[in-house]
Amino acid sequence: MAITQSILNIVLDEAKAAQASKITKVNLVIGELSGVVSDSVQFYFDFLKKDNAAEEATLDFKLVPAQLKCRDCLTDFNPRDSLWICPNCQSASMEIISGRDCYVESIEVE
Amino acid sequence: MKIEVLKGITSANDAIAAQNRQSLDKHKVCTINLMSSPGAGKTSLILQTIDCLKNELKLAVIEGDVASKIDADKIDEQGIPVVQINVGASCSLEAQMITPALDKLPLENIDLLFIENVGNLICPAEFALGEHKKVVISSIPEGDDKPTKYPLMFTEADAVVINKLDLLPHLQFDVTGFRKTIEGLNPKVKIFDVSCKTGAGIDAWCSWISAEAKRVGSEIRKASD
Repeated sequence: MAITQSILNIVLDEAKAAQASKITKVNLVIGELSGVVSDSVQFYFDFLKKDNAAEEATLDFKLVPAQLKCRDCLTDFNPRDSLWICPNCQSASMEIISGRDCYVESIEVE
Repeated sequence: MKIEVLKGITSANDAIAAQNRQSLDKHKVCTINLMSSPGAGKTSLILQTIDCLKNELKLAVIEGDVASKIDADKIDEQGIPVVQINVGASCSLEAQMITPALDKLPLENIDLLFIENVGNLICPAEFALGEHKKVVISSIPEGDDKPTKYPLMFTEADAVVINKLDLLPHLQFDVTGFRKTIEGLNPKVKIFDVSCKTGAGIDAWCSWISAEAKRVGSEIRKASD
């Protein structure tokens, strides 16, 4: 809920700065490793948006898959079934290349 | 009309965390964000650390729990300054909860501050509080699969403490494999094997945390000179 409140605060501030009275859409980018669950954000957003400029806003989620790099053989891969094992050399030593970010990309207003 | 925003979802929290960090740096308070599952032994580790370092460093604690002040009472009994935060429905401490707690502590008279986060391996990894170091505690009864199941928390930790080592003879836990998984995710991490019950391994942990507190203190002094 704190995450969703934070999203709502960001979009309300942006809409106010643009002197827009109504937000119609919020475009979010959510990394698979960010710990943010889109269903939960949607649920809380519908609850929190009442009686403000985002009341009629819909949410759009662009999901960014996790991408890892094996430190041993340098293979880039997406973890399958959430198993962090290199598919090439079975090493468990790796770093996160992408999927960590979570941000408000843009809003659409009237 | 479309407006480009490109703002991180935790950007408001991060800004407040940076302010908290400024207050802590101003008073040279090395701050540790202590995270784990419920029951892994965060309070027990803090109590052991107080016992070990109370004559060497001036300590304080911020306790985060959904409800109650059970943990804060245990710290208070040791004569250490403590502030309890009850987060209610929230699953983690957030930077804005820490700011008023810092106002209640005698920062000018503290070397090392522990922030005991809410027991949870997911949300606390998302919210910076202003800390200098992140420490994760994992305990033997939780099983050795936690770094594989919750990789992010372990990827971002400065140190991992494996607690309840006294239970190792009774449970299946591959300590070597556990260490290897964490080091694979996070090659710079320090790992400590301890038992808060028997006191085993506490000395090594306390030596590290004491050295870190002094190092952070001297780095802050250098930066402010």
